[in-house]
Amino acid sequence: MALKLPSKLRNQNLQITRYCNHHRLLAATRLFSDRPVSNLSTTDDSKIIIKNKPQTTTSSLKQHELAKFAAISDTWWDSEGPFKPLHVMNSTRIAFIRSALCRHFSKDPNCARPFEGLKIVDVGCGGGILSEPLARMGAAVTGVDAVEKNINVARLHADLDPETSTIEYCCTTAEKLVEEQRKFDAVIALEVIEHVAAPAEFCKSLAALAYPGGATVLSTINRSMKAYATAIVAAEYLLHWLPKGTHQWSSFLTPEELVLILQRASINVKEMAGFVYSPLTGRWSLSDDISVNFIAFGTKDGQ
Amino acid sequence: MNRVIARKVVPTYHQIFKLSRKQFCSDGAAKSSAAAASSQFNQESDANPSLTDNVQPYDIAIVGGGMVGMALACSLATTPLTKHLRVAIIDSSPALANKPCIKREDPPDPRVSTVTPATISFFKDTGAWQYVQQHRHAYFDKMQVWDYTSLGYTKYDARDVDKEVLGCVVENKVLHSSLLSRIEDTDFQKTIYHSRLTSMSLHPSSSSIVVDSTAPTEASYARGRLAKLELSDGNSLYAKLVVGSDGGKSQVRELAGFKTTGWKYSQNAVICTVEHSVENYCAWQRFLPAGPIALLPIGDKFSNIVWTMNPEESSDFKSVKEDDFVKAVNHALDYGYGPHPKSSLQGSAGMFSWLRGNVAILANESFEIPPKVVKLASERMAFPLSLMHANEYASKRVVLIGDAAHTVHPLAGQGVNLGFGDAFALSRIIAEGIAVGMDIGEVSLLKKYEAERKLANMTMMAILDGFQKAYSIDFGPLNILRAAAFHGAHFISPLKRSIISYASGEQRLPLFY
Repeated sequence: MALKLPSKLRNQNLQITRYCNHHRLLAATRLFSDRPVSNLSTTDDSKIIIKNKPQTTTSSLKQHELAKFAAISDTWWDSEGPFKPLHVMNSTRIAFIRSALCRHFSKDPNCARPFEGLKIVDVGCGGGILSEPLARMGAAVTGVDAVEKNINVARLHADLDPETSTIEYCCTTAEKLVEEQRKFDAVIALEVIEHVAAPAEFCKSLAALAYPGGATVLSTINRSMKAYATAIVAAEYLLHWLPKGTHQWSSFLTPEELVLILQRASINVKEMAGFVYSPLTGRWSLSDDISVNFIAFGTKDGQ
Repeated sequence: MNRVIARKVVPTYHQIFKLSRKQFCSDGAAKSSAAAASSQFNQESDANPSLTDNVQPYDIAIVGGGMVGMALACSLATTPLTKHLRVAIIDSSPALANKPCIKREDPPDPRVSTVTPATISFFKDTGAWQYVQQHRHAYFDKMQVWDYTSLGYTKYDARDVDKEVLGCVVENKVLHSSLLSRIEDTDFQKTIYHSRLTSMSLHPSSSSIVVDSTAPTEASYARGRLAKLELSDGNSLYAKLVVGSDGGKSQVRELAGFKTTGWKYSQNAVICTVEHSVENYCAWQRFLPAGPIALLPIGDKFSNIVWTMNPEESSDFKSVKEDDFVKAVNHALDYGYGPHPKSSLQGSAGMFSWLRGNVAILANESFEIPPKVVKLASERMAFPLSLMHANEYASKRVVLIGDAAHTVHPLAGQGVNLGFGDAFALSRIIAEGIAVGMDIGEVSLLKKYEAERKLANMTMMAILDGFQKAYSIDFGPLNILRAAAFHGAHFISPLKRSIISYASGEQRLPLFY
């Protein structure tokens, strides 16, 4: 599954050409992203931090607001609804995170809550599709997203289960967390970096959020012909599953580039894996094929 | 064959059926018959679920604590990823209240199951098999199947598939109490409600959504994050996942609105325990004009009889004098309805000789007569046979296992093995979900279970239903074809091997050897 990096990267360019005309489902599916489309590195005006407890319903107005968010939340979390492909992919990427973090922090992978005692930040948490499983696995999770609506949806949904109501959701950015001098055992940013104007700066912020020796996990889309064909042409222009312009191919990073910018941010990539979608079974699985979707695990220098 | 697509019928079955149906077929103690007795056990429940603690939601509510329901609980209790789950078991059967004392010297109960090697290994994995071994159980490594037309017979031997045994016959109460004993070894947090399910709500009506921060459980329920169950004793409880293991007349299936497809066979099965003068080590099955009769070893010179016949015949056989019944059984297993198949392998065997290659004819492959029955050793029970399959096994927060999802013809004793297969598959898939931090009531997780088990169950159902149909017609040319099929199955080793493999619970289609 996870592969040793250098040799794989050398073969990367060869792989790209072979897959140009592949099934469009591949990337189109993953593009139902739980990440905000907005640019994370732009200075966001609002710095709204919603703390743990939900507002109790005192006025009719709030009642109405809550009902509205409940409706959105239901769509976001409906595993048979429009976000179904994302839900299907989610367990695959969590399986990678679980195994990488268990090994790194010497946790027992056979227990129900292996992340007990770990502080994890989910940067670009969206509706909380990753934050909640991490919390169920025992982690003390902080979910941040620049879009306030996402945070409200995530908060409302997480509060319904005692296991996930401990998640701290904040409408903020990685940069602002750095300013607040927050530190975490693991920093996770899935499907975010392709929406960021300055990936190198973003990676530096992620690195600054991790304790020395801490872990970082990123996933994104490769800048390959195959990714262009599936993620942009198919998903945006042919199938209209995403608004045109959701993704800029030129802003995608190749695995080599990601490794380099992480290295400059003093994060050493230890493992990398690709996700492949099988249209037959409708399932995603981890693979050595990093030509479209890939996930990387690295550790921060120090100790 | 009156084919019906039924949304479950109100139980109208008569007393005998009440007593016998589930215990034999598979899915645990008869809830309906025990309903009357349930009230006295309410006070004695081991965890004493009171009205005050019911706001704390459970992870899983297992409705129906029969063999299959307890197999699920046992598997959850012994799997590292699931042993922490809070589980409620809802069953009004007295078997869960006071564990029945099983005495070795008592004659075996007629309600037995033929467990396959796959089921045995599941039991071994959970550690429950050691308890089965402390009680009466009978392994068998040979099986002879023949029919009344005397044209064909086939013998299966465990060695054909490189196995020690073909199966093991165990009383249902032994399987049930072994699972219970194993659960009691662990510190699994289970609460037993000695009651019946009266209502289940998964999706509250939208008008009732009230966000009240003082009752988080209510709020979770209002948002569809929990199922709410109400019981006949007035208790109510919440759970993330409701498992229906409540048998062929499943209340959970009805309340969840799952439709079923199925038909009745115009056949009843008569079951009882009989005694021989010698020990029986082989499983015997003979196809008679009205249906098959099976003689299964249960140990200590006892055997179990499962005799399928017309409903009219079954009421006769249930009421005739014991001596006459024993005579009829011996007749049916020997010369009755037609002579023995030729014990020499001449004649039609020749036309298959080219298929046999150089496989030697072993001495033990010749036709044998089953041991004589000398005595009836239990009451006789009769119950109607039917085939039923739920069109869905899973929806959000609800899942069906065992007879609640499918009842099959008891031809090869496969019903309970399919149920155990369901229970262990569901347990494994719940563990997989927990490993990736999923809400265990999520429909996407439960659909994985459905996809996996539907294929296994429907394949077996089709095979058994096909067998039943092939034998329900007594028509000359068809008899010969059937006999040829028998010979084929007997002599074409790979085919025979794969049939045994399939019957012993391996997940492989019989023809894709």
